[in-house]
Amino acid sequence: MIFSEKHELVRKLARDFAEKELTKEILDEIEATGQYPEELLKKLAKAGFFGIKTPKEYGGQGSDYLSYVIVMEELARISAVTTIWVSAPNSLGGGPLMLAGTPEQLEKYLKPIATGEKKLAFGLTEPGAGSDAGGTKTTAVKDGDYYILNGRKAFITMAPVADWTIIYAKTDKTAKGSRGISAFIMDMKLPGVSVGKAEDKMGIIGCPTSDIIMEDVRVHKSDLLGEEGVGFKNAMKTLDIGRIGVAAMSVGVAQGCLDEAVKYAKERKQFGRRIADFQAISFMLADMATKLQAAKELVYRAAQLKDINSPEAGMAASMAKYYATEICNELAGKAVQIHGGYGFIKDYRVERMYRDCRVFTIFEGTSQVQQMVISGQLLK
Amino acid sequence: MKIIVCAKQVPDTNEVKIDPVKGTLIRDGVPSILNPDDANALEEALKIKDKNPDTQVAVLSMGPPQACYMLRECLAMGADAAYLLSSRAFGGADTCATSTTLAFGVRKIGDYDIIFAGRQAIDGDTAQVGPQLAQRLGLPVVTYVQNIREFKEKSVVVERQLEDGYEVIEVQTPCVLTCVKELNDPRYMTIDGIEGAYKAEITIWNENDVALAPENCGLKASPTQVFRSFTPPPKGKGEILSGTVAEMATALVGKLNEKHLL
Repeated sequence: MIFSEKHELVRKLARDFAEKELTKEILDEIEATGQYPEELLKKLAKAGFFGIKTPKEYGGQGSDYLSYVIVMEELARISAVTTIWVSAPNSLGGGPLMLAGTPEQLEKYLKPIATGEKKLAFGLTEPGAGSDAGGTKTTAVKDGDYYILNGRKAFITMAPVADWTIIYAKTDKTAKGSRGISAFIMDMKLPGVSVGKAEDKMGIIGCPTSDIIMEDVRVHKSDLLGEEGVGFKNAMKTLDIGRIGVAAMSVGVAQGCLDEAVKYAKERKQFGRRIADFQAISFMLADMATKLQAAKELVYRAAQLKDINSPEAGMAASMAKYYATEICNELAGKAVQIHGGYGFIKDYRVERMYRDCRVFTIFEGTSQVQQMVISGQLLK
Repeated sequence: MKIIVCAKQVPDTNEVKIDPVKGTLIRDGVPSILNPDDANALEEALKIKDKNPDTQVAVLSMGPPQACYMLRECLAMGADAAYLLSSRAFGGADTCATSTTLAFGVRKIGDYDIIFAGRQAIDGDTAQVGPQLAQRLGLPVVTYVQNIREFKEKSVVVERQLEDGYEVIEVQTPCVLTCVKELNDPRYMTIDGIEGAYKAEITIWNENDVALAPENCGLKASPTQVFRSFTPPPKGKGEILSGTVAEMATALVGKLNEKHLL
């Protein structure tokens, strides 16, 4: 794809930022402590990365999906965990608000997350409701001006540090499956809200993930997001598009892996020559580059389709997410292979990238769920 | 306050390739960037604007139409307006003709309190255009500005970088200040800024627009011309001595004697 000058400038901004701010020292520190520096979050916010496509009247930048995927790609090339922080306000947090929020809710919640003052998490998954989000067990019972929430959410990104979380709960227990689910914006400081211990994860270290437990939490009816009973539909719409973000981080990490593999193949000497001079290695690099380019085209196309509000955007996003996350894992594996023993050592960047991208084929809809979406479209 | 920042688009490379026939820089295929010292100049202007939001920051450049990309970057960082002096007649200008042309551009913009420029551009490394511009406009100039201490009613107090320290200079405004990288840390663009930059209009002027006679600009008005450019041969490999300290010292003295350096 050939980009406009404007989008090239967005890429320049994101690349300059990533190369200057996401230094090895800072990334190693994040890995060692599990803490993402607040200072860095402020800088990301200042560059406008937290509200890329959020309208300007709500503190955003008023840009488009293509800019969003370019930023995600360039940041992920250096640091995958950074893109988790960026995607939350743009996608899973900001998405449901923009879809269903009232002007008051947008003012109150969207603005502070787009400017980075507050953090909003997305609470859909439960211990027993993952790919089958319709199996939600969390309940919300109306009591006057309030809803009383009870239940448990699992694997919620940012939960331990979030100011608010969008909680999906059953408001109509008699409705079957995905029906009767509503969305609420829940203040994490409300009585009855507690978070579990941050999970000890394989990768994406520096953005905590935990359970959220709700025991008789009273959420005011003004914090019902969208109409009662349509929450699940909005969640699916959010995930439909959120996938573009994961696809974009995948091509970013994959690009980072290819960069490192090429660099190492040129440096490393065995049997008296550069390992890049062996066909076994050079052809591996050729395959990696080709697959990466194919993935990029899928990602950019999905973003462009979304920018023109095409009905094909959802399926394009699924294809992009499915393919980009899979080849990202493949490229990361090959990059480690090319590094040999050094690829297994934490001093080398590919070690972290290999662990970070493992979750990409899992969260925001597994590869298998994407296959369901794609085939479902074909066979409907 | 009204500020004009002079900026140049330069090739982004440390290994400048030179056309072996013409002796000029080969710019094809080399990405172009905002000259680093000019980014410091713009940042200083934007810092003033941060403190006094009614400040107007205009960026002025001379170059081919492609320089608009660099000017959009300046707008995306926060500049209010951008002007490009662009015409075939300006081609082949040396620093003398460039500063003449820029001076006509500055006069056309009109009102200003301070003109910021980078110390020098990384392609030519002359550091001449800023001071020459001041001369053409009859303004005082302070080069190598590493810090701005204070703005007064009709003057500004700055630190001028020296090799082994700095001097503190109070200079009347309007004036020209050329900036070094120690002055500040240029900000990033913002996404919003980029969106705005592509909605903004860049004013493009040729010699007629600024009332500059063709014989006073470009190659014709350039008293200096590139005689020959060449890539210096790379330095040979250094020799690393080994052995005990005494052995190495003896060997070193021997070698220095050999070259009549001692």
